[in-house]
Amino acid sequence: MSEQMNATASERAAVSADVVLSVSDLRIVLDPSGIDIDDDVTLAIHAGEVLGLVGESASGKTTAATSLLAHQRRGARIAGGKITIEGTDILSASHAALRHIRGGLISYVPQDASAALNPALRIGTQLLEILEAHSFGASKAEREARLSEMMAEVLLPSERAFLRRYPHQLSGGQQQRVAIAMALANRPKVIVFDEPTTALDVTTQAHVLTTIRALTHSYGVSALYVTHDLAVVANLADRIAVMYAGRLVEIGPKEELFAGAFHPYTRKLLAAIPDISGTHALRGIPGWAPRPGQRVPGCAFTPRCDMAIERCAGEYPPYEGSGPDHQVRCWRWEEVRAQAPSHDVLLAQRVASDSAEAEVIGVRDVIAYYQRKETLHGISASLREHRCLALVGESGSGKTTLARCIAGLHPFKIEGDIELRGKALERDARSRSVAERQAIQYIFQSPYSSLNPRKTIRQILSQPLRVFFDLSKNEMEDRAARVLEQVALDSSLMGRYPDQLSGGERQRIAIARALAAEPAVLICDEVTSWLDVSVQAAIIELLVKLQHEVGVCMLFVTHNLALIHSISQEVAVMNEGVIVEYGPVAEVLGDPKAEYTRKLLADTPTI
Amino acid sequence: MSAPDATPELLAAVTPAEKRPAQWIVTIREAWRMGRTKAGVIIFVAIVALALLGPLFAPDSPTSFVGAPFAGPSAKAWLGTDYIGHDVLSRVLWGGRTVIGLALAATVIGLLLGVGLGMISGYARRWVDETVMRILDIVLAFPSIVLALLFVSIVGPKLWLIVLMVGISHAPRIARVTRAATVEIAQRDFIKSAEALGVARRKILAFEILPNITSPLLVEFGLRLTYSIGLIAGLSFLGFGLQQPAADWGLMINENRIGITVQPWPVAVPVILIGILTIGTNLVADGLGRALIGIERDTGGT
Amino acid sequence: MPPLLKLILIRLGLGILTLWLVSVVVFAATQALPGDPARAILGKEAANKAEYLALRKQLHLDRPLYKQYFTWLGGVAQGNLGDSIAQQGTPVTSLLKDRVVDSAVLVLFAALISIPLSILIGALSAVWRDSRFDTTVNLGNLSLAALPEFVIGIVLVLLFAISVFHWLPAVSRVDPSISVFSQLKLLVLPAITLSLAVIPYVSRMLRASTIEVLESEYVMMARLKGLSGNVVLWRHALPNAIVPTLQVIALNLAWLAGGIVTVEYVFGFPGIGSGLVDAVANRDMPVVQALCLLIAAVYVGLNLIADIATILISPRLRTGLR
Repeated sequence: MSEQMNATASERAAVSADVVLSVSDLRIVLDPSGIDIDDDVTLAIHAGEVLGLVGESASGKTTAATSLLAHQRRGARIAGGKITIEGTDILSASHAALRHIRGGLISYVPQDASAALNPALRIGTQLLEILEAHSFGASKAEREARLSEMMAEVLLPSERAFLRRYPHQLSGGQQQRVAIAMALANRPKVIVFDEPTTALDVTTQAHVLTTIRALTHSYGVSALYVTHDLAVVANLADRIAVMYAGRLVEIGPKEELFAGAFHPYTRKLLAAIPDISGTHALRGIPGWAPRPGQRVPGCAFTPRCDMAIERCAGEYPPYEGSGPDHQVRCWRWEEVRAQAPSHDVLLAQRVASDSAEAEVIGVRDVIAYYQRKETLHGISASLREHRCLALVGESGSGKTTLARCIAGLHPFKIEGDIELRGKALERDARSRSVAERQAIQYIFQSPYSSLNPRKTIRQILSQPLRVFFDLSKNEMEDRAARVLEQVALDSSLMGRYPDQLSGGERQRIAIARALAAEPAVLICDEVTSWLDVSVQAAIIELLVKLQHEVGVCMLFVTHNLALIHSISQEVAVMNEGVIVEYGPVAEVLGDPKAEYTRKLLADTPTI
Repeated sequence: MSAPDATPELLAAVTPAEKRPAQWIVTIREAWRMGRTKAGVIIFVAIVALALLGPLFAPDSPTSFVGAPFAGPSAKAWLGTDYIGHDVLSRVLWGGRTVIGLALAATVIGLLLGVGLGMISGYARRWVDETVMRILDIVLAFPSIVLALLFVSIVGPKLWLIVLMVGISHAPRIARVTRAATVEIAQRDFIKSAEALGVARRKILAFEILPNITSPLLVEFGLRLTYSIGLIAGLSFLGFGLQQPAADWGLMINENRIGITVQPWPVAVPVILIGILTIGTNLVADGLGRALIGIERDTGGT
Repeated sequence: MPPLLKLILIRLGLGILTLWLVSVVVFAATQALPGDPARAILGKEAANKAEYLALRKQLHLDRPLYKQYFTWLGGVAQGNLGDSIAQQGTPVTSLLKDRVVDSAVLVLFAALISIPLSILIGALSAVWRDSRFDTTVNLGNLSLAALPEFVIGIVLVLLFAISVFHWLPAVSRVDPSISVFSQLKLLVLPAITLSLAVIPYVSRMLRASTIEVLESEYVMMARLKGLSGNVVLWRHALPNAIVPTLQVIALNLAWLAGGIVTVEYVFGFPGIGSGLVDAVANRDMPVVQALCLLIAAVYVGLNLIADIATILISPRLRTGLR
């Protein structure tokens, strides 16, 4: 299916070369400090094409996206540049002209539809009003007809009863479709998609992406698709623009970028994307992206670039490239282009797949409740020495519940047994013995919530040391420093507070804290979901290395099927409180037996 | 393999390892930068100083007669005399101690009760939470002054009773704020992490939760102090605080009302002092509140 | 049973439960505390055995406590609140009847002044955010919110009554033979005092909720759809800004139930507030009980209305949590 899409995309790109929207030298700054968020952004969108705008956090991509509608949130303002559509410069348009453009010529699909829909208004009202505001059609009847048409196109019912619903009565996927319908209503020239599937789970995301693909085709509308997920944009976009630290570093046709990008960052980013086929190892990018106000005068990627030369830090490279279609900003782009794409062969976790390893955690027919309701319906699983079991499922599948049960953090009733080396564990961590608590350590999903903001790193790391070991102050300091080293952090961070660290660093601290207890089992609960792709790859690399060095057994909970090749040997796929498939990774992913697994595989976007 | 995160030179200068003081100290510092906070503190300190040190400067004893009742300002009595013939200036200088002392005591009592109950309620949840909140709802059902009056009618106008009742009337409101803050913190993962380690509940309350809620509590303290002053002065005004012939601002306002058209000073001066004191306290509380919002915004809600 | 009805009934039930517990507290406070109420009331005259016993019998003090409570409660339910002690023999209800009406009129008047003003001030502050108007209003609100009500009242008395104005009477002597409505002049100062005490809270709330709404994602989305400023304000913003404000309005009306105590006393207004102060001074327990119960009931009642109104107005709660 993706092959088909690719063919049509390049056909389209070849046919229409006229520019619909052009952005030149766009500059957006913080208000009132004047520190720049985005600078020197120049790009063009051709008729009928989808331009993907890709970037990680602090890249400034969302800020750039809303500028296309001449809008910035409170705290930022557009300080310079031109954005032209149909001969009009949007940035200097009058209020009346702007109202005509917004929703009429250019429309916007928000990231979080549940927040972007007014909770006090019925969805029918919110859909109709965009037609009214742009005087679509001559009569109410015509507008209502168009409304039915729109709803049908986004695969939503158009009966009165449905239109009378309030936003909170719709599912996340339905809300997003309503937002898409609103964007298409007046048949605009350009649609700006602002990460519209980020808040959705994989299956819903797949549906919404299909809808977007189909509609941009049939309407021949151009689109700017903003995302952090290259895999998502791979199937959708014709050209891709990559942003880093507020600047556009590379822009070019998708195929050329994937075959051999011109910019070191783009290459690194591609290498960091989890690959569901498991043919190459994940490579993270060390460091983190600088925030506005923390950027060097030259190329912002310099500190993390292994091809950086002296010139890079001081001067910002201009737009250069192989042609008007493929531009890049790098002093050494020709050398980068000449490099063959690097694919480090898998895999750091090549373990002989024999099941002779001893069982550490045994889950026997566990039934778990959430208040009165049963949420886990008889789960059985095994965690073995030196191995990693991936627990995969969408939200609501029960994977986090199971992880919490094993850790002793589940507050409601549990039936069945969870055994640690053959001995049954108490339900509640507090009722377990000290040794049992020490043996199982848990790493949480959000690095922003798992560290006490009022404690220093030293205090955070000392807590497990104090609980489980009897150490002097100096010994504690030593152990803490050692464990920091294991997670590749410098001991100068000991005196800092969590909010002074990046998300990736915080997650490493969380891992260090778990390691400090010298556990037998490490439970990683979606530990990379909140991190940038490049940082995620670095954390996965770290976890794999640690598993080898320390020999701990791991339970890796994730919703991202593409990650599991890189980290685990076995996988259990969960859906609605049951395990639907369980086995070695290669088998389950290569030849899935369960219908659900097949669907999940099909829905996961790949490059 | 993986290089260290903190790449030197270019990015190192970004986050210096400063010794970070406690949350409430940071809030106070931020608040101090605002003009209104400075004004409030100056006002508050000035009037408290007047109340505490006033007696040292009083020309006469507050209970001695210096002239005819309701005489206007003269060389002997700079603010004139009151309804009985006391020197108004002296009574003003003597009359602030009770209000401020009682108000502070009542606020502290309310804070201790409210924070304790609020934290327990917010962390324990379920039936403990429900029970505590229902009980507090009963106290909340009475306007503060009505609650105080109810008990004064039984026991009489005793100062300790007034302090206790005003403190108790603050407790539910403080408990609500504390509970809300506690609930928000308690659902964060670092609390679960401590629970997984098996850390005792009271230690979690004291060392994990409390340091994270000191800022909103500081703001509450300021607000409650403002109301305490108003309530205690009000009760004095109604005649249920210090009794005659003691010098007390609230009492002075009431006992000199009759002669307001002839000699307004014994009413005007205490009223203005009480008014300015409450405004000053509220300015400080507001400054703290704004500082808190500003800090949360900048650090992303930590 | 539809979830909406269930939600409302639960709230109602909790309110009634609270009221019942309030009645227990009021009763327990006045009757069950150590110390002999009869002796405290009679003072020196308690030496007179006959009078003392008679008073005890009148106060039902010879019966077990819980029986006393239910007798009292039953009486309350039937509208019999006992007899006043200070004014021997006069039933409490007849004493309070007029006062209740007077206070109700005062509160209504104060609400009529303060609520529209608050909404206007709050909305303008939000729309002209950070302007000089906004900053001035903000400081004014801070000051008014800090001042105790009796201070506001006394200051008004000082300003209006003793200066050359002489427009408004400083003390409200309501003539019982003429209805309150024709003596509106006497209401003005106390009503203004109460309004000034309430305005800062309501206007601040409206400003805050309007700003929050104007900065919300859905208002931004409405603007990005090309809707006109008017449509954004009236159709999208205001309906959402009103809900928290209604709650604050009800809460402030509830607060007025307590605020009238000192304000009526300042102006000598013959309502239940000044009535309570007199009753406390005279240790007139039946009156104290009755008024405490009444004021608490009004307070709880208005809070309940605020809760239920919020549920009915917000569609999310109305259609039941999904």
